[in-house]
Amino acid sequence: MRLAVVAGPPSAGKTAVVRQIIRTLLDRYRIAYLKIDVVRAFEDEELAAEFGIPARKVCSGDLCPDHAGVMVMRDAIAWAEGEGADLLLVESAGLCLRCSPYTTQALGIVVLSAVSGTNTPLKMAAMLGLADIAVVTRIDLVSQAEKEVFRERIREVNPDLDIVETNAVQGTGMRYLIRAIEDCPPITDPDTIVLRGAPPLGVCTVCIGKTEIGWQHHFGVVRRLEDADYLFRGD
Amino acid sequence: MDPSPIREITILPGRNRNGEPERFEAIVIRPGDTISVVGPTGSGKSALINDIEVFARNDTATGRTVLVNGEYPPEEFVRDPAHKPVALITQNTRCLADLTVAEFLAMHVRSRRIADDGIVERTIDLANEFTGEEIRAGARMTALSGGQTRSLLVADAVLIAAAPVLLLDEVENAGIFKERVIEVLRAGGKAVIFVTHDPLVSLLSARRIVMRDGAVERVIEPLDRENEALREALRLDGILRRMREQIRAGDLITGPVGA
Repeated sequence: MRLAVVAGPPSAGKTAVVRQIIRTLLDRYRIAYLKIDVVRAFEDEELAAEFGIPARKVCSGDLCPDHAGVMVMRDAIAWAEGEGADLLLVESAGLCLRCSPYTTQALGIVVLSAVSGTNTPLKMAAMLGLADIAVVTRIDLVSQAEKEVFRERIREVNPDLDIVETNAVQGTGMRYLIRAIEDCPPITDPDTIVLRGAPPLGVCTVCIGKTEIGWQHHFGVVRRLEDADYLFRGD
Repeated sequence: MDPSPIREITILPGRNRNGEPERFEAIVIRPGDTISVVGPTGSGKSALINDIEVFARNDTATGRTVLVNGEYPPEEFVRDPAHKPVALITQNTRCLADLTVAEFLAMHVRSRRIADDGIVERTIDLANEFTGEEIRAGARMTALSGGQTRSLLVADAVLIAAAPVLLLDEVENAGIFKERVIEVLRAGGKAVIFVTHDPLVSLLSARRIVMRDGAVERVIEPLDRENEALREALRLDGILRRMREQIRAGDLITGPVGA
C-alpha cells in the first residue's frame, strides 16, 4: 500500500486536491482516506458518499491535530490495509504552518494557495522544506508574473521541491501530481515509518487543555520568558 | 534562451457542454498572429485560453488538446516558467503580491535568471506607455489600480517573461491604451490571443474564434472584408477616447464631437 500525506494551511484547497487524486486514480487503486481535524470535519462523509471509498476522520479535540495525526497514523495504516486499500490518503487539519506531518515511506504533499500572499511560503518553511511536492492551487486567479514570483518564494525555502500548479476544481496540471503518487514506492514496513522532522508539537500541558497562565502551572516543555528566545528546538 | 523555437501551437477539438464534439479540425497559432476570442459571457472563452495556458492534454473540462510544433510539448514548457512559451494576463486586475513594483519585477527577473540591470526600469517605462496613471517603482503592487496592474503585467509579459505567445483576457476592461498594447505586441512579433467583448480589439485581430455553449462555433478570417468597419470603429473609438479624457478632466462636452 502507498501512503500520501496531504498538508497545508486551512482553505488552501487540500480537499479539492484529494478529490482530484481520487477521481483520477479510482479505477486503478482502492483508495482509503483519513481526515484529521480539530472539532468538526465533513470531508470523510463527502468523499465516501461521492466515491464510495472507505473514509474516516479523527477529531483531536484539545490535543494538537498534528500530534493526533502522529498518534493515529500507525492504526490508520492497519485500518486501510484491513480495508484492502492500496493507497491511503491522509489529510491534515492544516492549522500550524510550522508542522510538517510527513513520514518516511510516503509521499509528502503540501498544498498552498497562489492567492495566499508572497510571504506565505516563508512562513510555512517546515511544511515546505520536508515535503516532496508542492501543489499550488487557485493558479487560475493569478497572472504569469505572479505565478513565477510565488514559485521563486517556494524555491527559496526548498530549491528541490517539485511544484505543481493547478486549478484544483478543474483539475488542470494534476497529471504531474498523479505521476508523483504512482512513482512513490509502497510502504515496505509500516513499523519502521518515522516522521521526517521533529514537529513543534509542544507536548505540554497547554496542548492538552490546561488554561492557566505562567510556567508555574505547567509541566513538559516549558521555559521562563527570560530564557525563551526559541521556546523549544527539536533535538 | 529558448531551447526550441515555437513555430506553431495547435488546438485540437474537445467537446461542448453537452458532450458533443467541437466542429473544427485544428486551430493553428503562429508567431505574429492576432486572434480574438468572442462570444457571450459563459460561452467558454476563458476556458479556451486556459486550455492553451496549461497545454491541455484531454485533461481539462473541455477535453481539448494543445500541441506545440505538432507534438505534445516537452514537460519543461508546461512546468518550468522560464521555458514556458505562453503568458496569460487574467481578467484579474489585482495583484496579490505584497511587494513594491520594483521588488516584484526584480523577483521575477531573478526567477528567470536574467542578467540585465535595466530591465526592471524598462518594464515600468513600457507599462507607463499603456496607462495614463503613472506607475512608480516604489508603489506597492497591492495599491495599483486595475489599469496600472494590467499595464504592468502586460509589460512584464513582453519584456521579462518574453513569452512568444500572449493570452489577454479582456484587456479592454481595465482602462488601458489597448491600441498601444496591440501595436507593441505586433511589433514584437508575438502571437496574441485576445478574449474580448470590444469591437475594436476584435476588428484589429486577423482571426476571430466564435464561442458558444463551451465550444468553438466558428473560426472567421475576415481578410479585408471588414476594413470599412475597422475604419469606423477606429473613428468612434477616437471620439470616445477624447470624451473619456474630457470627462476625467472635469470638462463639460458642449462642442461638436464628431471627427
